[in-house]
Amino acid sequence: MLTIKNLTAQVDGKKILNGLNLQVKPGEVHAIMGPNGSGKSTLANVLAGRAGYEVTGGEALFEGKNLLELSPDVRAREGLFLAFQYPVEIPGVTNLQFLKAAVDAMRHHRGQTPLDASAFMRLAREKCKGLALNPDFLKRGVNEGFSGGEKKRNEILQMALLEPKLALLDETDSGLDIDALQIAAEGVNAFRSPERAVVLITHYQRLLDYIVPDYVHVLAQGRIIKSGTRELALELEDKGYSWVLEEAKAS
Amino acid sequence: MANASEPIADLIGREYAAGFVTNIESETIPPGLNEDVIATISAKKNEPQWMLDWRLEAYRTWRAMTPPEWAHLKHPPVDFDAISYYSAPKSQKNRPKSLDEVDPELLATYEKLGIPLHERAALAGVAVDVVFDSVSVATTFREELGKVGVIFCPISEAIREYPELVKEYLGSVVPVRDNFYAALNSAVFSDGSFVYIPKGVRCPMELSTYFRINEQNTGQFERTLIICDDDAYVSYLEGCTAPKRDENQLHAAVVELVARNNAQIKYSTVQNWYPGDENGDGGIYNFVTKRGLCAGVNSKISWTQVETGSAITWKYPSVVLRGDNSVGEFYSVALTHHFQQADTGTKMIHMGKNTRSTIVSKGISAGRSQNTYRGLVRVSPNAVGARNYTQCDSLLIGDKCGAHTFPYIENRNSDSIVEHEATTSKVSDDQLFLCQQRGIDAEKAVSMIVNGFCKEVFRELPMEFAVEAGKLLEVSLEGAVG
Ligand SMILES: Nc1ncnc2c1ncn2[C@@H]1O[C@H](COP(=O)(O)OP(=O)(O)OP(=O)(O)O)[C@@H](O)[C@H]1O
Ligand SMILES: [Mg+2]
Repeated sequence: MLTIKNLTAQVDGKKILNGLNLQVKPGEVHAIMGPNGSGKSTLANVLAGRAGYEVTGGEALFEGKNLLELSPDVRAREGLFLAFQYPVEIPGVTNLQFLKAAVDAMRHHRGQTPLDASAFMRLAREKCKGLALNPDFLKRGVNEGFSGGEKKRNEILQMALLEPKLALLDETDSGLDIDALQIAAEGVNAFRSPERAVVLITHYQRLLDYIVPDYVHVLAQGRIIKSGTRELALELEDKGYSWVLEEAKAS
Repeated sequence: MANASEPIADLIGREYAAGFVTNIESETIPPGLNEDVIATISAKKNEPQWMLDWRLEAYRTWRAMTPPEWAHLKHPPVDFDAISYYSAPKSQKNRPKSLDEVDPELLATYEKLGIPLHERAALAGVAVDVVFDSVSVATTFREELGKVGVIFCPISEAIREYPELVKEYLGSVVPVRDNFYAALNSAVFSDGSFVYIPKGVRCPMELSTYFRINEQNTGQFERTLIICDDDAYVSYLEGCTAPKRDENQLHAAVVELVARNNAQIKYSTVQNWYPGDENGDGGIYNFVTKRGLCAGVNSKISWTQVETGSAITWKYPSVVLRGDNSVGEFYSVALTHHFQQADTGTKMIHMGKNTRSTIVSKGISAGRSQNTYRGLVRVSPNAVGARNYTQCDSLLIGDKCGAHTFPYIENRNSDSIVEHEATTSKVSDDQLFLCQQRGIDAEKAVSMIVNGFCKEVFRELPMEFAVEAGKLLEVSLEGAVG
């Protein structure tokens, strides 16, 4: 589904990704961990096509298509979803309006007719319920005045509505209370299917108790320096990153 | 199309959809202004002597005045001798008696503008007066309105048919010497709409006027006068377009509103005059004086405007709150793009007791445009218990445009409350990216963000107009993001 080969990228002339390789197949869940500033969000942003992130080498294929030459909205419509580490506010635009525009765009891309207002409302309410969100949430401005945790849950709501093929979740667990974490994890687990893949960026192995990954990678200095399974996350929690960094240096 | 390496940037503009020229034979008098020209205009309109005298007086006043220079606008001086002050489609000589007699080309013009006269009128129940260059072309629904005593006709006709009303109110709200452009308009206005709603009548339909400048080198100087007698109500809509021309064209209108006891006037404008091209060439110079007088107690006047057109906009729809408990409102969206400049706002003059006013101004600047809000709230010593609330928000798209706010407050009454809030924000790359990441393309995203920003104003517009206004913003912003 996603093949990244030797990807290098820079921001403001500063090299951040240094030859990154990653392969994600349908049905898989990958967790990416790594020290602060190692380039995790950068990877997510590069894949989603955010302005200012310049790819200087390598390639990223999404279902065989060259992801890097598509505009961000086309990448999204092709099924790539990014849950933001820091969701931004759009005052005056209601969550409902925003979600409807997004779902309409997706449906249009898939050759489906747009949902009428009441059908959409029903769908949105149902998804809210699944995430224990008050439906009043839909009437408020996009992320306007949302608490940190609400913003994160709103990201999961968007994922649930848009039904992407590949979801990149950038620290969606940060800022969630214990109950909310469990609810969000259930949301992600409900989303899992043999056709879909998830890439979780996280600092906490606790999340992986709820969403059990197939692979765990360590991203440092702009590269994946170690890959393993669920056990790797536990080991990292126990020992920190230094031994992995040492190991990488040695090889 | 936006791609990964392009943040918000101002790019090429879109085609101006209303920018076509209509080939209709017209009669245009040579450029320049003097007393003979005024006599000619007056004669063409078969005006009575008192009207001609009024015009000549205005002309002499104007000659002694100079154009205002205090606005935050830059443009070469207007050559008032290069303008023709009267142009009329030729077939006007035999004025059409019904829509069927209106020149089909003219009707086609309105079709192109998206105003199918027949349907629009019939479906929406809107009575339409169309002013093409200088003359009123068709007024629909007159009979139906006549049944309830509502007068809705070209002002040229009102001057002949209802001289007493016109004499009493013309210039009563905007005096001839009010300002340079008002004086000019008073001297040369050629047509416009006249509305009178008698006592106790709620006008049964929305009244509407479309203005269009077609001829080259003509100015348009329409004059609108709306009187709402005691306990009466009217909602009036005004729309404007002009063809694309390389030269600048002048538009200097005057609108006067009078609301008597308990009367209510709601005046909505969607202004889409040709704004000039992406290099700043051509476009309409729009110098307009709009003022309403809340003459009676408990009266109310609301101005709602959506301004997306014109190269230069100089316009301050105002309300004089003379009657006790009267209410003035101003809801405005002004969008500028490319090299457009707008200096617009309002004046709320509180004279009566317990008068209230609300100002909500939303300025959107894109490209290299300059957008200025200029507002005055004046509370006179007698206006005990007066209240004003002003909210002034600016939204910037890109980093080459400017937004400016000049709120003036003159409060001479300690027993009044004047509140002012102002914000400036940007459509950020992050907001745009969030929308795009959810599959929404950049132009839709900007239009959604801008529409969200304008929400408080749009909900004041009549339904069909609100839809039109939303679309207009979308169209005017095409090319505003990379
Ligand atoms: N727009 C930018 N301008 C300058 N530097 C940037 C920019 N974006 C990211 N960086 C830098 O790139 C490096 C990687 O940042 P990134 O956000 O990808 O880290 P991260 O692994 O997600 O960290 P965290 O765990 O703290 O979220 C950091 O040193 C950061 O300061
Ligand atoms: Mg990060």
